Amino acid sequence: MKFTWFHLMPWPHLPDDFREKHRSVWVDIPTTLYEPRRGHHVYNEYLDQLEFAETMGFDALGVNEHHANAYGLMPSPNLMAAALARRTSKAAIMVLGDSIALYNPPIRVAEEFAMLDVLTGGRLVAGFPVGTSMDTNYAYGQIPALTREKYAEAHALIMKAWREDEPFAFNGRYTQLRYVNCWPKPVQRPRPPVFIPGGGSLETYDFCLEFDYTYCYLSYSGYLRAKQLMEGYWERVAKSGKDDSPYRGGFAQVICVAETDAEAERLYAPHVHYFYNRCLHVYPGFADAPGYRTIKTLQANALTQLSQAQLRNYPTLTWRDLVDQGYVIAGSPQTVHDRMVDLARTLRVGNIFGLFQVGNMPADKVRHSTQLFAEKVMPRLKAEMFPEWKNEDRFWIKPMQESERRMAAE
Amino acid sequence: MPLSSRLIDVAGGRARVRVYEGGEGPPLLFLHGAGGLMREDPFLAALASRYRVHAPLLPGYEDSTGEDRLRTMLDIALHACDVREALGLDKPLVCGLSMGGMIAAEMAALAPNDIDRLCLVASAGLWLDEHPLPDLFALLPQELPGYLFHDVERGKKLMAPGGDMNDMKFLAEFMVMNARRLGMAGKMLFPIPDRGLSDRLYRIKARTLIVWGENDRLIPLPYAEAFRAAIAGARVVTVPQAGHLVGHEKPDAVLRALATLN
Repeated sequence: MKFTWFHLMPWPHLPDDFREKHRSVWVDIPTTLYEPRRGHHVYNEYLDQLEFAETMGFDALGVNEHHANAYGLMPSPNLMAAALARRTSKAAIMVLGDSIALYNPPIRVAEEFAMLDVLTGGRLVAGFPVGTSMDTNYAYGQIPALTREKYAEAHALIMKAWREDEPFAFNGRYTQLRYVNCWPKPVQRPRPPVFIPGGGSLETYDFCLEFDYTYCYLSYSGYLRAKQLMEGYWERVAKSGKDDSPYRGGFAQVICVAETDAEAERLYAPHVHYFYNRCLHVYPGFADAPGYRTIKTLQANALTQLSQAQLRNYPTLTWRDLVDQGYVIAGSPQTVHDRMVDLARTLRVGNIFGLFQVGNMPADKVRHSTQLFAEKVMPRLKAEMFPEWKNEDRFWIKPMQESERRMAAE
Repeated sequence: MPLSSRLIDVAGGRARVRVYEGGEGPPLLFLHGAGGLMREDPFLAALASRYRVHAPLLPGYEDSTGEDRLRTMLDIALHACDVREALGLDKPLVCGLSMGGMIAAEMAALAPNDIDRLCLVASAGLWLDEHPLPDLFALLPQELPGYLFHDVERGKKLMAPGGDMNDMKFLAEFMVMNARRLGMAGKMLFPIPDRGLSDRLYRIKARTLIVWGENDRLIPLPYAEAFRAAIAGARVVTVPQAGHLVGHEKPDAVLRALATLN
């Protein structure tokens, strides 16, 4: 299995009465709740945590893109990836990713990702999300019903820019360039591995299968609820005639490890509640702009989404609810191991995006949980899970040999 | 009298359009707002008492199809011109409500010699920094009547969805329908309902009437004046005790104003 230590970089100083005083953590949250001088410490502490995760042996360090929110403070994930590039040497840098419909022209993403891949000696995993509706439509003003067409066009441009050796003209509906000429090119040829976050649309399943991209489901409702969605994906994989490598799939999971189950609750419960009750407090009017989802997807999933929306009443959930229902995998190393095995088997995912820093969890607890997972859970999972796919390397980075690489000077 | 409806081919079959028709009198082409037509739409019924009304539904609304090829304001304005042509209407009175007003104004600017009488009812299409509009796309369904009607309680009854919103199956179908309609509307109105119309209004040659509810909370009264100032010879009629859906709340007043265009 491949473990990505994934950071959302939430703002950890939202007031206790945030839910009562403000309708949304996204789009129209007042910036008076942000304090740049504290932000300086927050960013640097979060980057320290990502660097620590590499020393603990995680396969990848994950960052992503969000706008106008206190849930995740990375409008530009590429800046964070660049900051990590020179301070790390082994782990993949997973940018999950750049919302390509938002870059004008999107060749910018081909260039910046190529820069990151060259800088890291071929350690970039390129993520191409459509982006949440809050980010893409409300904060960045993209017309909802045209977002996916624009995304598909941007994807085609970026891939061709990486592939072609000669400058070419690109006559798109949303982008027209007389000279596409991507300097630099990525180290990984023909392209870095590509991961696509999705939320259950058939179009995205087929898109991943067509190009052999890894399909990632990023949900905070836990693996028990994700079962139906991932089963839909694997059915589609079977129908496509492609192999069923577990590395075609990924899943994000909140993970909290302590010496005992009781200790996990004592240490982590307040921060997990902060995350579910403040960081995920999104005004329903911003959740899903009309036209953002395709009609085909809505018709297939409307009922499921409605019933899931009703379950998303986080304030009523106790620690026990969150743990029992699988929103959070928490407890002793043995408990966490057993549930992770269940997760990986249930969803058949080789990639885990572990969220170890949750809500306003302080650095010492983050390190404690990370270290216990790295030492007592991760090695067992790597040894036990999917042994028949242990030589699978199609979906992972292919960096330059260490002997060929130039490290940052001391 | 009840309206009948039929499906017509537009632009050589590139779009299929549901058209509601009825009434006796001079021809009137009605372009609906972002919400589409209501069941037994009271404004449409009132118009049909004086005019031969043709009310096409934009692709994306009910079973009108062909919306994928309509991306820009120009695509949509030309589509509306194609619909007029398909209906064989020669110089009809063109009346557009809200988003439909935006389309009607674009048509009249694009083809000034084809449209000689224009009625813009609480029209979208302009943006005044001093009077920013509420974000239609971030409103919850239950908030809408408050923005659309002067008499909110009566508006709520008019807008009742025609089914049980606690029934998950009905709610799911309603969600899909709403997403399809507003997805299409977003191509003109999202994130800001301004596609440069103000630069083109000078081209309009039609005698233009601008009708506005005095208590319009969605597109407030200053926008009526902005349209008037930009269209040569345009007149404004404001209707007291009416909101954004002025034709639904005060149909007689709107009919009286329209009569001045005959």
